[in-house]
This record gives sequence, C-alpha cells and structure tokens, in this order.
Amino acid sequence: MMIEMKGVYKTYQRKNVTTDALKGIDLQIQEGDIFGVIGYSGAGKSTLVRLVNYLEQPTKGDVIVDGQVLAHLSSEQLRAMKKQIGMIFQHFNLLESKTIFDNVAIPLVLSKRAKQEIKARVMELLEFVGLSDKAKSYPKELSGGQKQRVGIARALASNPKILLCDEATSALDPQTTQSILQLLKKINTDYKITIMIITHEMSVLQEVCNKVAVMEGGKIIEQGSVLDVFGHPKHPTSKNFVKTVIHNSIPSSVKRNVLHSENSRVFRLEVKGDTASEPIIYQLLKNYDVKVNILFANMTEIQETTLVILYLQFEGEPAAIEKAIAFVRGKVTGIEEVVEN
Amino acid sequence: MIETSITLDQFIQASIDTLYMVGASLLIGSLIGIPLGIALVITRPGGIVQNKVFYSILNPIINIVRSLPFIILMVAIIPFTRMLIGTSIGTNAAIVPLIIFISPFIARLVENSLLEVNPGIIEAAESMGATPFQVIWYFLLPEAFGSLILSITTATIGLIGATAMAGTVGGGGVGDLAIVYGYQRFDTFAMVSTVIILIIFVQGIQSSGNVLARKARKE
Repeated sequence: MMIEMKGVYKTYQRKNVTTDALKGIDLQIQEGDIFGVIGYSGAGKSTLVRLVNYLEQPTKGDVIVDGQVLAHLSSEQLRAMKKQIGMIFQHFNLLESKTIFDNVAIPLVLSKRAKQEIKARVMELLEFVGLSDKAKSYPKELSGGQKQRVGIARALASNPKILLCDEATSALDPQTTQSILQLLKKINTDYKITIMIITHEMSVLQEVCNKVAVMEGGKIIEQGSVLDVFGHPKHPTSKNFVKTVIHNSIPSSVKRNVLHSENSRVFRLEVKGDTASEPIIYQLLKNYDVKVNILFANMTEIQETTLVILYLQFEGEPAAIEKAIAFVRGKVTGIEEVVEN
Repeated sequence: MIETSITLDQFIQASIDTLYMVGASLLIGSLIGIPLGIALVITRPGGIVQNKVFYSILNPIINIVRSLPFIILMVAIIPFTRMLIGTSIGTNAAIVPLIIFISPFIARLVENSLLEVNPGIIEAAESMGATPFQVIWYFLLPEAFGSLILSITTATIGLIGATAMAGTVGGGGVGDLAIVYGYQRFDTFAMVSTVIILIIFVQGIQSSGNVLARKARKE
C-alpha cells in the first residue's frame, strides 16, 4: 500500500467558526495506481491531497505513506518523506525570477547535490518533458502547458515514489490537457510512480485513472475501479459526473413513448470488455420469440476497455421475455429492469 | 549678479555629509530592518514558522516607533545618542536617530514586499521539504527581489527627507545648509540650490531603483 488513510477528519477553526473539511476518510492507494479524486469545489479534495505530503495535518485519524504514519515522524523525517512525494499545481507555482533550468534544479539544490549531478539530472528531466531548448528561458516566456511540464520535471527531480496532481490540468485548454495527461501516464509506466490526481473534470479520470474516489461534503461517497464507477454510478453526484462524459440514460422524448406492461419491458444492459463484441442482439432475435427494440446505446472506452450501455425494449409473451432475459443475463456484466417512465 | 554668502566648497561638503548620513543609516538600517521584516512575515499567523507571542510583541513595537515623526524622535532620544556617540550634534550623532527611524520603516516595506510573493510558491517550497531557512533564501527573497529593491529605494528617499530635518539640530548636510543660510539668512540662492540638489538626489535614486527592479524582474 502506497497511501492509506484511516478515519481521517480535518476541522478548521477560525475565530468562532468551525468548518469540517473532511469527515471520516478511509482510502487506500496501491503502488502503481493512478488514483483520481473527483468532486465539486468545496468537496474537500484539495485538503485531502495535502494530507498526503503533510501540507495539512489531520485533526483525527492516520495518514500512512509508504508504510509510515506521518504523525509519528520528526520534522527531519517529514522533510525526507516529502522528497519522496512530488507535487504539481493548478497554477504551476514556478519561480518567476529563475530560469527553467533553475526551477527544475531547486529540489536538488535543497538536497545539496553536487553541481555536475544537478546539471545532468535537470537536462535529463527537461529532455523527458520535451523542453530541452527552454533551459535558459523564464517561466513568463512559456505557455501554460509548457509551464506545467516544467512543474512536472521539477516534481520528478528528486526521484519521488508518489506524484500528487492538484487540479493540474484545470487551467489548460483541452488539447494541452491531453498532452499533459499522456505525460502523466508515461511517468506512471516508465518510472512506476504512484499518481494521485485531484480534478473536477470527469474526462481526466476517463483518460488516465485506474481507480477513482468521488467526494462530496468532506466524505468519499463512492470509490472503486474507474470502470465500475463509470459503468454503474450509485450516488446521485457520481451519476452527475458520469453524465458529463457518458450519456447513459434514455432521452426523455424516447422515454415518453415507451409502454411498460408485462408484454413490453425495458432493461438496462451493461457490457464490458470482450463480451461487447458478441452478437447478442442477433442471437436474441434468432433464438427467442421476442421483438427487441434498441432505445438507447452508448459505447465508451475507459482504460482501454470498452463499456457499452444499452437500453432494450422486449416485446412478446411474458414467458418468452423471461427466457430471453435469462439468456441475456448470462452474456452481460449488468442488467436491470427500468420500470418507471 | 547672485548675492550669496555660500561657497562651492560648502555645497560639496554638505552633499558629502548628506550622502554619508543616508548611506550609513541605510546600511545599518537595512541590516536591522530586513531581518525584522522577514521575521514579521514568517511569524505572522499562517506564516511558515508562525509564533503568536513573538509576532504580537514585534508588530506593535514597530508601529510605536513608526508613529513618531522624525523630528520628535530625534529630540526625544538625545540622551541615548549622547550616551552612544558622546555628543548630540553633528553628522555622526544624526545617524543614531536616523537608524532608529528607518529600521522599522524598512521592516514594514520588506514585510509588504514579501507578502506579495505568491503563496503558491511557498506551498511548492514546503511540498519539496524545504527548511524554513531554505524557504526564505531560495523562494521568498528571490521572488520578492524586484519589489525589495523598490522598497529600499523608498526607504532611501525617506532618509533624504529625514537628513534634511537633522539639519535643524546641527546635523550637517544639505538640509543644514538650507536652514542656516536659506531660512535664517534669507539667502534665496542657497534655498533654491539646496532644493535643486535634493530633487536631483531623489530623482537619481528613484530612477536607478526602478532600473534595478526592472532588471531583477527580468522585464
């Protein structure tokens, strides 16, 4: 386990006002995960990520990073731990007064590394993020995407085990976001760095994360693999987020005209992975005495796995429908009847 | 044509005296004021080494000294000056109140400059495991450098004004010249020329401050 939180609470006390930012967080992030935390602003996700590198201290509960309870570490040990955890920010937080080279070099300078070593490492990192030619430039001469690349290079300088991304793509346009996300993916696979991503954009999770936690009101309301949460969101907030990237409900104009009776039933089917390529509809029509009407269909690719959501209307004798459903049940990852209009 | 009892040598000597007073008190005042300004920023609530007791003692002390007009301060601390220098008259004696006047002023200016630094930079520094000293040395000061130069420029100009007042108690310098010749002897030429010298000083200092600050900000 790379990052673990057990019953974490965070309360801010200002004058006579107490704010509960986090209310009982339990979280596990495995080594090698790209873990996404999504939520609307004020959900507590920024506080959550800052607990991992102890920029915020929990009011109650334990934060365990790489097997060590952060609260038990001395300030010296904490500083050493922080060097194992890189962080990138929404507004990059680069030093405007220093060159790109010096910005990337800073974590190494803080660790008092030798000049030659710093030079070699910085050039290697700039090469990795594709900015070798910008070593002598200043941050204000760079675009947003380039600045974030510098931020990433700086975060990687001390060879961390964990990379924390606090809304790292929120200030970037969609195309630049894509290239930054691809870079994060590359970091995860090339350097085996565990990544924690805080975002309010579902598309970010869809692109790179393998696990996700949905936050609301200081709590994690849903967590699991991205495929599970995307395919089958349970909480209304998760459903709202999923809706922004996957249309997974019948359009209301279609809904109005659907009759529900024992001779006409509607089912929501969820098909994942390889089964998505099986000719289910063909087999249904060929082998069962039912009419099948596709009310809605959507196919999305998440983490290189296909997720199909299908709304089918079955018409025929009740017994025939039952048989057909029994067949379908064996073929799909999820099926449930839609009863109301 | 011009009726004046003032000599060119007197002008040169007065200018040197002014520069000496400004330079010496700026140097020592900065050595005191800059660390105080840093201390204000890092110990304030939410600062990197916040310390309620220290901050709530230092902050009002600076306000108290700052609330005294220089001319009052100068007269009020005459016994202290005499103890330190042996006399309360002359250029060296003027430097004592000038330092006490300028140090808290510099502390406030430095505080403002450092508070302008993007808090995100400090957060980034802390996320890298920087020690408080490293946060100040590698992040706060370089990022505030341009603004600090302008702060010191403002302090220098404030000092020129104060040295002119020091002239009233025989501190020497251009201000002394203006009071003794221009005001007390109705020497219009002395008055006008001291005003011009002061304007040249101030303009020169402000312009060089602006140029240096722009350079530091990589503009």
